[in-house]
Amino acid sequence: MRHRPRGENIIRFDSVGLRYGLGPEVLQDVTFALPSGSFHFLTGPSGAGKSSLLRLMYLGLRPTRGRVVLFDRDIANTKRYELPALRRRIGVVFQDFRLLDHLTALDNVALPLRVRGVRESEIQKHVPELLAWVGLADQLGAKPSTLSGGQKQRVAIARAVIGRPDLLLADEPTGNVDDHIAMRLMYLFEELNKLGTTIVVATHNELLVQRFAHLPRVHIEHGTVSRIRDSGMGEGN
Amino acid sequence: MFGRHSDLPLAGDATSRFLPWLVALMVFMASMAVAGAFVINEVITRWDRDVSGTLTVQVLPAGGEQAEAATDERVRLAVDVMRKVPGVVAVKAFDKRRTLALLEPWLGSTDVVQDLPLPRLIDVTIDPGARLDLAEVSERLSGAVPGASLDDHRVWLSRLVNLSRTVQWLAVVVVVLIGAVTSATVVYGTRTGMAVHHGIIEVLHLIGAHDDYIARQFADRAFALGIAGGLMGLGMAVPALTAIGWAARRVEGGFLPSLGLPILGYVAIGLLPLLAAGLAMLTARLTVHGTLSRMP
Repeated sequence: MRHRPRGENIIRFDSVGLRYGLGPEVLQDVTFALPSGSFHFLTGPSGAGKSSLLRLMYLGLRPTRGRVVLFDRDIANTKRYELPALRRRIGVVFQDFRLLDHLTALDNVALPLRVRGVRESEIQKHVPELLAWVGLADQLGAKPSTLSGGQKQRVAIARAVIGRPDLLLADEPTGNVDDHIAMRLMYLFEELNKLGTTIVVATHNELLVQRFAHLPRVHIEHGTVSRIRDSGMGEGN
Repeated sequence: MFGRHSDLPLAGDATSRFLPWLVALMVFMASMAVAGAFVINEVITRWDRDVSGTLTVQVLPAGGEQAEAATDERVRLAVDVMRKVPGVVAVKAFDKRRTLALLEPWLGSTDVVQDLPLPRLIDVTIDPGARLDLAEVSERLSGAVPGASLDDHRVWLSRLVNLSRTVQWLAVVVVVLIGAVTSATVVYGTRTGMAVHHGIIEVLHLIGAHDDYIARQFADRAFALGIAGGLMGLGMAVPALTAIGWAARRVEGGFLPSLGLPILGYVAIGLLPLLAAGLAMLTARLTVHGTLSRMP
């Protein structure tokens, strides 16, 4: 893990716009910056553009206009073959988990290590440890179809953090779990944040945001970042 | 290559069911074409070897009352002329009985043609290293012996060689077309597989997999299916070629030279499954790279 000094911007959006095909802009003039080592909520009502903003952050899309700078790299000027190296520094927890149904929990979590060419002996050592940490020590060989929603979510989180990313993006990570598990996951994210990982948790769960009221938030509404509440953050619009 | 980890569930794809059979058919047809090309090459080489170093003198029969004796005299003169040519090793005239025997396979009983005036043949063997001026020898021969002409078989052989070479090129074209069809099928199968597994590919992509990491998995699968299909095709081709060889040996007698496949032919046919699998692997890899290059 190559954590940056806290305070430097790990990600910056300048007047970013996004449209799908010839449709209307789903993101308009989005401008903000997230300091390294920070922990933010990304809030907003359903359909506000949270997932689209996250997709831009995890390089699943390129903006239609504007500038996205990630790890000091202007994405518009980054060659396609250079993107995997940047993506490996990002962990993503997808809203629908996106686990591979034909693989076991262990193999799903091992994926980020396998694409990096990590030795199988290392994988067999670290992945069970992490799965045990998220309470799935007895589900190593289970396929996602046999797991509950909460268990799938924990596998998805384990997959996102196994590579010790610099930036962790989680889309509604507590959406399918009960309050107890949701709190455990949030504490897990806080632990990771203390270790230096920058974290963005997208949620429309106001109760959760209020429970962690000390954390800053980026609020998005109608495709525009309307409010940023953070003492150490850049300006919003 | 085999046993490498794969994140994509390609084993259950439709491609896994039809590609081996298609490759088997392609390898079978390619084996036939390659065997044909090698056999033809062998035949040409043998004809060339048999014919080079020999000449044939044809002596037309004389007319008149003593036609037979006059023709014999012409043959004797022609033999004398040819024996004096430097580089000639042996001269052997065929008598009328031997000439009739040569016609027998085509005409059946030679009783009906026994009284016809048949041209007589003289078989001339020359030293393969000798440089004969055939035009000069031919002129000398026809000057000395009325009705005698020299045939060095070149016109006949060159036409036959041209025909054989055309057939050989046709075999090469067939093999290339078979390769193209195999590639097109692999492209279609790979694109279908990518569409079916789009979600998984996107996840791999987003967690930082290089294009080649994904392409390798499709390529490995295509190779495994190609080699399985190729071996099936080879398994079908070997008995078929054996049967054709057996049937050919039964009709060879005098009309065709021996239709044996040279060692190189066996090696080429044995390599076809590997070539087909390699082609499938390369095609799959390039197809995946081409398709992924359109992803962000």
